Amino acid sequence: MADAAISVTGLRKAYGPHRVLDGIDLTIPQGTIFSLLGPNGAGKTTTVQILSTLIKADAGEIRVAGHDLAAEPDKVRAAIGVTGQFSAVDGFLTGEENLRLMADLLHLGRARGRARARDLLKRFGLTEAAGKPAATYSGGMRRRLDLAMTMVGTPRLIFLDEPTTGLDPRSRRTMWQIVRDLVEQDGVTIFLTTQYLEEADELAGRIALLSQGGLVAEGTPDELKRLVPGGRVVVRFADADGYRRVVPHLGASSRNDATLTAQIPNEGGVRTLKKLLDWLDDQAVEVAELTVHSPDLDDVFLTLTKEPAR
Amino acid sequence: MNAVVDSVTMLRRQVKHIWRYPTLIITFAAVPVVFLLLFVFVLGGTMGVGIGGDRAAYTGYLTPGILIMTVAAAAQGTAISVATDMTEGIIARFKTMAIARVSVLTGHVLGAMVQTFIAMAVVLLAALLIGFRPAASVLDWLGVAAVLAMFTFAITWLAVALALMSKSVATASNLPMPLMMLPFLGSGFVPPESMPAGLRWFAENQPFTPVIESLRALLDGRAPGASLAQAAVWSAVIALTGYLLARRLYNR
Repeated sequence: MADAAISVTGLRKAYGPHRVLDGIDLTIPQGTIFSLLGPNGAGKTTTVQILSTLIKADAGEIRVAGHDLAAEPDKVRAAIGVTGQFSAVDGFLTGEENLRLMADLLHLGRARGRARARDLLKRFGLTEAAGKPAATYSGGMRRRLDLAMTMVGTPRLIFLDEPTTGLDPRSRRTMWQIVRDLVEQDGVTIFLTTQYLEEADELAGRIALLSQGGLVAEGTPDELKRLVPGGRVVVRFADADGYRRVVPHLGASSRNDATLTAQIPNEGGVRTLKKLLDWLDDQAVEVAELTVHSPDLDDVFLTLTKEPAR
Repeated sequence: MNAVVDSVTMLRRQVKHIWRYPTLIITFAAVPVVFLLLFVFVLGGTMGVGIGGDRAAYTGYLTPGILIMTVAAAAQGTAISVATDMTEGIIARFKTMAIARVSVLTGHVLGAMVQTFIAMAVVLLAALLIGFRPAASVLDWLGVAAVLAMFTFAITWLAVALALMSKSVATASNLPMPLMMLPFLGSGFVPPESMPAGLRWFAENQPFTPVIESLRALLDGRAPGASLAQAAVWSAVIALTGYLLARRLYNR
């Protein structure tokens, strides 16, 4: 596929006897958000480091932004942007100086560099803080500056390695909107790694699950959720008597006698739910609260990625 | 061409760092100044007699050694700032950009040279204030600046390589420490002729001695002779070793 932003076949990487990546195949179309999910140590960051030319793969055919990664690393570098796990800003320099530094390294010239810095400061809501050293920025501001620096070179493909780790919920939402805008307005392709399943669910068109060096599942968020049974009904009873009377007959997958709560597997059918409610009504027990859970990416993640406990 | 442009950009980055956070260089200029004051005022009377003169004569003898000690002290500062920089995410960013790769290091080296020259100016000023009276002509002073630039360039590349070799900032600050001893184990503080045979051989044949001797001659208004050529060869060897090692370590 010539027009894919990234295509990978048989990617392998080992550190000594430890196989970090053991035969990864990936194709990511342009203008999409692709998310790589996996537990800590699954090889997410290694994958990003290889695809962004930081370290070399042991084996595999890799094309990034239309160039062979091994043969033309500088052509790849010119087309990509990387916002790493640890914010890649110079804390001693001000926000504006950081952006101008990028502009200088990209040889944009004085006038264009200055204009580009000003536009990006405005777009990422940093105009007021432009003259302050980046070391004084809040976590959210640093990440925004980080991404703005990546955008100075108008990359076609951006790697975001855990872009919202450690951010508060509001800053996280702001970042999400920025990422969506990058795809919708600028047509950028995003390669996102994250530990937050909610983030992948919100942003990504396609998700791949990495576990012990291999991809264990790939698809749209909905496709992945269909892979695992995880639907359930949680019933909390109003009184202990009723709870004790009916709970042995519910087929509960787990129960909590202290809070009078039972969890019952349910694949989401309205009919089965109605049957349950009717039966509870017949037994004349008082239900305090009832919630229906559909499977989420957490269930997918926990079912499909098996890592030794650490 | 890009390598030069990118290195200048990186130098600008370093100069901004120095300008905003000058404490590191002040710390590393302070050490040689303290040694200068100690040796001139505490030991200078006795030492002066030892070289067949007085305290003022010893100040003249000592100053070149203290200047070279400043290079070694500043190398420690360079190693710390390079090692610290390498722990920052921005280095990964530079490595994923289509820029002249070595410019990150050349920026550091050039910035460190600016820093070292500031420190040496402070030390020289202190020496002049306590009675150092060099007999150098304008041309000799240019020679002094050239020798210092050459040697600083070499030691700085070595310091960058040592910094890249270390796994932590703490190690990086310790690795160049032995360099601080070399002016003592050379002609920095006393003539090597006064040392026992084995030590004397080392003192006469280690790289710091010809550099110190060249400076001493130029500051005295004498021709530096063979020591200048030796200093140049040593500087070239150290610079090249440091550069090649640093480049390999950075690219690994």
